[in-house]
Amino acid sequence: MRLPSSKQPARWAALVNRVSGVLLSLFLPVHFWAMGQALEGAARLDAFLAWTQQPAVHAAEVGLVVLLAAHFTGGLRLLALEALDWSAIGPWHKDLIAVAAGASLGVGLLFALNVF
Amino acid sequence: MNGAHPPVDGAGAAMDEARACLSRTRMQARLWLAQRLSAAVLALCVLVHLGTIIYAVRQGLSAEEILGRTRGNLTGFGFYLMFVAAVSIHAPIGLRAVFSEWFSWRGKSLDWALLAFALVLAVAGTRAAWGVFR
Repeated sequence: MRLPSSKQPARWAALVNRVSGVLLSLFLPVHFWAMGQALEGAARLDAFLAWTQQPAVHAAEVGLVVLLAAHFTGGLRLLALEALDWSAIGPWHKDLIAVAAGASLGVGLLFALNVF
Repeated sequence: MNGAHPPVDGAGAAMDEARACLSRTRMQARLWLAQRLSAAVLALCVLVHLGTIIYAVRQGLSAEEILGRTRGNLTGFGFYLMFVAAVSIHAPIGLRAVFSEWFSWRGKSLDWALLAFALVLAVAGTRAAWGVFR
């Protein structure tokens, strides 16, 4: 796989969408397992939540939130591209990518400010 | 018809191949539609989920706080079941495209592996939603 050049934002956006999708898919079973701890009682869930209070875990959580936000905004951009006329959206395409990237990082920052 | 025009050698095999190709195209179209419909549902679910987690972590997470919000909350349970159903459809179809493109993994082995992954997500996700609801 060849990385896109800096002048190919649409290819970067597609790559980010795919990589974030794969990483989120790998995380999902772990997330479901973690929330499933509640089945074994509140004490078990609390023990797991105590483990998550480490700074490294919080940093990983920030990364996951950025990935989720990036896949969300990138996905909305793709849905818009497919649903709308290219003549209407084409001139704004690079702006949409920039807004999606900025919004994803903004959501990550908001989460980081709340979790640390 | 066959009496008037005897079959050309290989015509049967060509027809079978054409039917298989049509069937694959139909499957691709169905998967594309399922991917887009599940994406539309997920867009709403992810927006609510992101808002909830950013709000929830403000005071630090505890079992009491999480379960106080989710236990007996039928709306929340229904929401998370919808979330799990949509992601169990969306993620395997997305992985199917990525695996075929990046690793040239195609065919029945990929389809079975991703069906198994979809089932793992559906079962584990439903278990998690039930765990915080009951």
